[in-house]
Amino acid sequence: MTNEKKTWGMFAQFDGAESLLRAAAGLRGAGYRRFECHSPFPIHGIDEATGEPRSRLGYISAFMALIGGSGAILLMGWTSAVNFPLVISGKPFFSYQAFIPITFALAVLFAAVGTLLGMIGLIHMRFHHPVFDSERFRRFSDDGFSVSIQASDPHFDLEKTQSLLVSLGGNHIEVLTQR
Amino acid sequence: MAEAPLIAGNPTFRSVTDKISRIVEDRARLNWYLAIAFTGSLMLMMFGMVGWLILRGIGIWGNNIPVGWGWDITNFVFWVGIGHAGTLISAILYLLRQKWRTSINRFSEAMTLFAIICAGIYPAIHVGRVWVLYWLIPVPNQMEVWPNFRSPLLWDAFAVGTYFACSVMFWYVGLIPDLATLRDRARTRLRKILFGLFSLGWRGGHRQWKHHELAYLILAGISTPLVLSVHSIVSTDFATSILPGWHSTIFPPYFVAGAIFSGFAMVISLAIIARKVFGLEDYITLSHFDKMAKIMMVTGMMVGYAYVMEFFVAWYSGNAYEVYAFKFRALGDYAWAFWIMIFCNVVVPEFLWFRKLRTNLPILFVISILVNVGMWLERFVIIVSSLSRDFLPSSWGHFTPTIFDIGTFVGSIGLFLTLFLLFLRFLPMVAMSEVKRVLPQAEVSRHEKPESDEAKR
Repeated sequence: MTNEKKTWGMFAQFDGAESLLRAAAGLRGAGYRRFECHSPFPIHGIDEATGEPRSRLGYISAFMALIGGSGAILLMGWTSAVNFPLVISGKPFFSYQAFIPITFALAVLFAAVGTLLGMIGLIHMRFHHPVFDSERFRRFSDDGFSVSIQASDPHFDLEKTQSLLVSLGGNHIEVLTQR
Repeated sequence: MAEAPLIAGNPTFRSVTDKISRIVEDRARLNWYLAIAFTGSLMLMMFGMVGWLILRGIGIWGNNIPVGWGWDITNFVFWVGIGHAGTLISAILYLLRQKWRTSINRFSEAMTLFAIICAGIYPAIHVGRVWVLYWLIPVPNQMEVWPNFRSPLLWDAFAVGTYFACSVMFWYVGLIPDLATLRDRARTRLRKILFGLFSLGWRGGHRQWKHHELAYLILAGISTPLVLSVHSIVSTDFATSILPGWHSTIFPPYFVAGAIFSGFAMVISLAIIARKVFGLEDYITLSHFDKMAKIMMVTGMMVGYAYVMEFFVAWYSGNAYEVYAFKFRALGDYAWAFWIMIFCNVVVPEFLWFRKLRTNLPILFVISILVNVGMWLERFVIIVSSLSRDFLPSSWGHFTPTIFDIGTFVGSIGLFLTLFLLFLRFLPMVAMSEVKRVLPQAEVSRHEKPESDEAKR
């Protein structure tokens, strides 16, 4: 193992939402894929500019809603009509009308849990991400707009990538190391 | 006519961050400590009373037979109703693309959570034997019986539980980017660790935002029918019974309108105070109050319409018991409550026709408090006046609250305000990332198509 730390990627700061959007389109145009645009709020149109496909989170939520809803019907039907049928004010044991509110509530509950956990799973959370090494990066949560490009991108080259970032309007370019 | 900007004072991204984060980061002022000492002691009084109730039983309240539900369920319905405005602002107005909601949604959602906490206490303690509450959950127990899923009371447990859980998750998802802001500004180790942990390593990357935005949209989408269903289900606690005064199909929409009405009143009361104390005049503008007051007026008139319809249907049904129940409501033992309610909920909102009054904060504050008084009385009138006179004169009765009824209710206001004060102190009360995206400088012109690979290389 070498003493030198491996390069993780490159970081550049941009002036605003507009210039970050242009840089994203430029990087995409130059063939880069493994880069990320950091901004204090979602920028309208950035997914088109980076060619990012729609999030698949909706499928997770819909699947969980189905589990919750059908699980609720099974639970209520089995307990009220199969396991311990009790006559209460003459209502049928499997009284589907009366089961609707809880079916709905559990479908919503499962969908919400699925949405939250699904999102956490999809955002690739990492508490010690290399970008956190950059003091400038931290401005993203305030008013900073920046780009980080991973060295693992096939187009990545220390000099070429740097000059491309400069030509796209990037400043304060830093090389980030693996941690 | 040009529309007023959503956020006044032309703030920059940085000034938004500074303004909102400083509220959380600066030392608390003396008046915050005084306020929380006051509300905290009310809260402790309630805890003491609830403890006494658990020891002695619900006989310490004024509840009796026939009035088996008194202030307990009145307070429950009151607090659940308050919560509805927060979800309406955060979910329904989000789906309707009402951008003005961005600066008020965070603390309205917080209000929702705290109101549901207050609400949840009452059904839990009104059963008397708090230690067998788990019978509400379908877990196998020693009696081998299951909960009765055909009962609205059980629907309630599921609906309110789901509502609380979903509200917490929705609120948290919205908080993540702002927690990251506080993490990046944190100076102390404790703050770094806590905000770092709860912001989930947020980097604001465009892929993260993509999933975050969709998660927020889905949660808004499922919270919308949920919030409408919750108070509908609460109303079925009454509507599915055969008691005159309760047995009515108008209840679900009537309760939902009432919930939004009272909830907006509470949002307005809290917003007027928080805006003044924290100097948020640029964020919560007069136009916000104007819009909220309009929603309050519309839902208030729906409630007024429901009052009229209840009387009309009682008369039109030709049912002697139903007619009697409503005569008793307007002229009987609790007529004082009924007429104060009519004044607060039907007469007072009519003042909101005037823009001058909608944007006059002292007057709006008084109106919002009166509306909440009226809405509390509405639940009291529905519950107590109907229960005290049912079919047989031999089973009529009267309800008088005891010191424990009053103390527990006042204490729950203390609990609500204590939680709210803690929230204001430790979490950003305005959604910074959402405010930033509605500022003019966040707008981007339509981008060109990504250039082809050859053009760049």
